[in-house]
Amino acid sequence: MPLTRRAFLASLAAASAASIALPRFGLAQSGLLTKPIPSSGEKLPLVGLGSWITFNVGDDPVARDACAAVMQAFFAEGGRMIDSSPMYGSAQEVIGYGLKKLNATDEVFSADKVWTGGDGPEQIAESERRWGVQRFDLLQVHNLLSFEKHLDTLFAMKASGKLRYVGITTSHGRRHREFEEVMKAHPLDFIQVTYNVVDRDVEKRILPLAEEKGIAVIANRPFQQGALIDGLEGETLPPFASEIGAKNWAQLLLKFIVSHPAMTCAIPATSKVAHLRENMGASYGPLPDAKLRARIAAYVEEI
Amino acid sequence: MSEWWTYRLADFLLFSPETYYRLFELHNNAVWPAQLVAALAGLAILALTLLQPPWAGRAIAALLAAAWIFVGWSFLIARYADINFVATYFAWAFFAQAALLAASGVGFARIQPSPSDATLAHKIGIGLIAFALLAYPFLGALAGRKWSEVELFGIAPDPTALLTLGVLLTARRTPWELAIIPALWCIVTGATLWVMDDPAAIVMPAAALLTLGLAATKPWHPRAG
Repeated sequence: MPLTRRAFLASLAAASAASIALPRFGLAQSGLLTKPIPSSGEKLPLVGLGSWITFNVGDDPVARDACAAVMQAFFAEGGRMIDSSPMYGSAQEVIGYGLKKLNATDEVFSADKVWTGGDGPEQIAESERRWGVQRFDLLQVHNLLSFEKHLDTLFAMKASGKLRYVGITTSHGRRHREFEEVMKAHPLDFIQVTYNVVDRDVEKRILPLAEEKGIAVIANRPFQQGALIDGLEGETLPPFASEIGAKNWAQLLLKFIVSHPAMTCAIPATSKVAHLRENMGASYGPLPDAKLRARIAAYVEEI
Repeated sequence: MSEWWTYRLADFLLFSPETYYRLFELHNNAVWPAQLVAALAGLAILALTLLQPPWAGRAIAALLAAAWIFVGWSFLIARYADINFVATYFAWAFFAQAALLAASGVGFARIQPSPSDATLAHKIGIGLIAFALLAYPFLGALAGRKWSEVELFGIAPDPTALLTLGVLLTARRTPWELAIIPALWCIVTGATLWVMDDPAAIVMPAAALLTLGLAATKPWHPRAG
């Protein structure tokens, strides 16, 4: 397409807007891969940050600062989505501590959950207070607990502008049939499921349904809570890993996940900056195609 | 909870082992010099079980009740509950144990030590008390953890429960009502450590089994003389 004067000026404007919008964390984000949220078109980086276990460090100042350092590296690498839940102990407060310390409430795509049959609005207000955010970007019904009641609350919040996206979660492959029914019956923006190179049950029905309905998908437990990485430690990376720029197992496993056409992002959790950087590396370079994905799965299965 | 049978014990672990062990370091720093008072109380209990003055049982029960309250408040509520919301319920169990010790041990003198030349149960009881005071605190360091994370009687829950079980074994007859909560705690802590792959996971449940087994061999009624 020939470059017209108008197009050139528009691209200049976009470039300068992008440079203004670059976060203050000093990064090189060129080449960072994103995928759009189907319901809005808003783009999200392929790798987010989970907080299950790793961010539940209580009021230990040393550990809180270590978590804040992980968050700082996450934003510096172009990351946006951080996911938590009121059932993750002190994780929400630790995220709030990090956001305040880094002055990063504008950078973060805040994803949290409503849990148990208790008072949803009260619980959500408490979660917002712990995070230190005015409103969440995404709220999800945790493991479908009391989902009828909570979804009413969340959709009402979205309608009144107090929430941007609504979702539901499950983990470990639980309640998939019911999960599908909720996906069919409600205009969800997001679902969150367990998906990794070994746990692939959702490929059968849930991921195709998400694609069909235009629902963004978050993959939790991408490394089976570390067990996958531990199991592969010391094993040689397959030669084809270099074809997609995967320098380590974490990147190969994450690239496998986020390259599924229905998948929007994965949310590995870590308490170490070095691991965070490894994980974020999966947001760059080529992604495997269907053929290469099959080879990755076969290779891991063999090990 | 839905499909509860698909949950493994590890799914309920909300924190990393590093965070759990670090609790003890933070706690030890926060309560210092309470460790000195607790050590004195522990040694006093050991001495009372050996010397057996007529008021020994009541004094031991009072010291133990204070230890259970202090651990429940300063460790379970003020610290552990930060990373594990169930810890608040554990704390209530600790307060209940303190109340039971006050009623049964102080009020009715049901943990008066038996004559020291008596049973195997008595000897093992003394051994458990000494183990709780002098050996259990250092298992972590032996496993490569920091000395500052030491778990002490009257400061941390495990050695407090362990020493209490030892005391119950030295009693003339078993006050079963005082054995329930410490034994349950042994299971809770054993499960927690087991999920964290801690080699010491077996110690507390084994101590509970030993105590209950030996206690069952003791007479149901005080022997004459």
